Amino acid sequence: MKHLIPEFEKLRERFPTGFESSLVLPCVRRIQEDRGYVADTDIVELAQYLGIPQIQIEEVLSFYTMFRRKPIGRWHLQFCHNVSCSMNGAENILAHVERRLGIKPGETTPDGRFTLSHAECLGSCGTAPMMMVNQAYHENLTPATVDALLEELK
Amino acid sequence: MAGRQLLMTFPVTATSHSLAEYLARGGYVALAKTLREMKPQDVVKEVAASGLQGRGGASFEVGRKWQVVQYDDGHPHYLIANADEGEPGTFKDRWILENNPHVLLESMLIASYALNVRNCFVYIRGEFDLPYRRLAGAVEEAYAAGYFGRNVLGTDFACDIVVYRGAGAYVAGEASGLIASLEGKKSYPRNRPPRLTVRGLYQQPTVVNNVESLSNVAGIVLHGAAAFRTVGTAKSPGTRLISISGHINRPGVYEVECGYPWMKFLEEDCGGVPGARPIKCVVPGGVSSKVLTGAEIKELVLSHEALWDAGSTMGSGGMIVIAEGTCMVSLLQVILRFYHHESCGQCTPCRHGTGWMHRIIDRIVAGGGMPDDIDRLYYVSKFNDGTTICGLGDAAGYACTGILDKFRDEFEYYIEHKRSKYGGSLECLKSS
Repeated sequence: MKHLIPEFEKLRERFPTGFESSLVLPCVRRIQEDRGYVADTDIVELAQYLGIPQIQIEEVLSFYTMFRRKPIGRWHLQFCHNVSCSMNGAENILAHVERRLGIKPGETTPDGRFTLSHAECLGSCGTAPMMMVNQAYHENLTPATVDALLEELK
Repeated sequence: MAGRQLLMTFPVTATSHSLAEYLARGGYVALAKTLREMKPQDVVKEVAASGLQGRGGASFEVGRKWQVVQYDDGHPHYLIANADEGEPGTFKDRWILENNPHVLLESMLIASYALNVRNCFVYIRGEFDLPYRRLAGAVEEAYAAGYFGRNVLGTDFACDIVVYRGAGAYVAGEASGLIASLEGKKSYPRNRPPRLTVRGLYQQPTVVNNVESLSNVAGIVLHGAAAFRTVGTAKSPGTRLISISGHINRPGVYEVECGYPWMKFLEEDCGGVPGARPIKCVVPGGVSSKVLTGAEIKELVLSHEALWDAGSTMGSGGMIVIAEGTCMVSLLQVILRFYHHESCGQCTPCRHGTGWMHRIIDRIVAGGGMPDDIDRLYYVSKFNDGTTICGLGDAAGYACTGILDKFRDEFEYYIEHKRSKYGGSLECLKSS
């Protein structure tokens, strides 16, 4: 984590003084982008750097769905299965991807290429069904567009 | 077009979100007018006089919230735009963030001036990618042009803004949960009083407004509260951004003048239901609002008062159309799974109640439902109501009883026959 401290210093300048605690979420996010997950050493070092208790970072990591403490596949496919996506065929698309990749939600392909997840409403209901691939939204999915996309993700 | 428009007044292009085009549309004129001609209290008065209601779900008047803040109480004040859009069915703030981020920024500057705010924040949900990039880009443009920072437009007014990204928690959209999250903690809501306008972010007076609510402020200040009130109805001034999805031919975000006929909106503006199937029911404003049947909405107009009278609410503007032939048991399963997943776990009735409801509906769908499971769902819904800190537990109950009240026979059928009356389908099969 320590190599990110210059970035964190710049981030700190944007916040009012006394807002160190607020830096937990953005710093954790940045650490995860950098390493792929948040390691135990990151927690210790970030707590020290911000002057906040480690337990606060542990709580944040376990509470929010976007944070993780273990590595996952290179491409994280998150399928929304909330109301509007379900009403527009999300389950069929997901079943198609499960068959193609041979994994279920929560699992990673043996080659470490894909991790599959369910997600709750991602605010893409008018362009359902949808999935997130890492940070990007892919909307109005069909089996054909998903197949084409999976080919591109090496 | 569903009546007059206040926000979606320009064609969306690849560059329409830029500062240059916003300026060409008359952007930041309201800010200049505010800083040069208006006192802070005049702005609060104007917004209060406009009758603008919150667009995030609760429809609480923006001006009344602002009036609680004492301009000169010696405390730092904070303003937060709630862009943690996560109510299922809702994607209208995304439209503003992606296509007109400067109207939000200009409105936040005006609000900051009115409320003596030096630092304001946009709390945007962590998954939003394009909306975040568009907003962050707009913030950089606005700083470079001198709209943020010290001496805004050559005046003594100073204001800074931070775009803060969430990390995946529905409950962070609740204002006090949002504040906990912005303080870098898990987003546990907290009891009121004290209200957030008295003790909010880091214990200081804080105003939290929805993105769309705030985005109306620039127009209200520029044209006056009276002009705003000429749009919409007496009790629902202005327009609502409605994000519509589900079984509808033209899903998307529409700006609807309050008072516009509901069926006209669905049939003419949104192209009706695929295959011209009849409407079974509609979720009016996010899944936390009670469903209304096709028969109930026939004569209704889209206004806060009309929906309240009908026993529901315009909520967050997240409308979901459900065609005849859809299995309401399967639909409720999706909804109850969602609340169980998103319950933060702080209050016992919600933590356990949403879990119970989820397991009961799973049991029914799996064919193992018991005859008294429907009453059990009612019991848990009522037990949750009003016994928790925030409204998540209440909302799970409203969504549940809203569907049970109107489609009880489908649940009885499912439990008795161990299968759906409609094949368990949520999809609108276009051929049939």
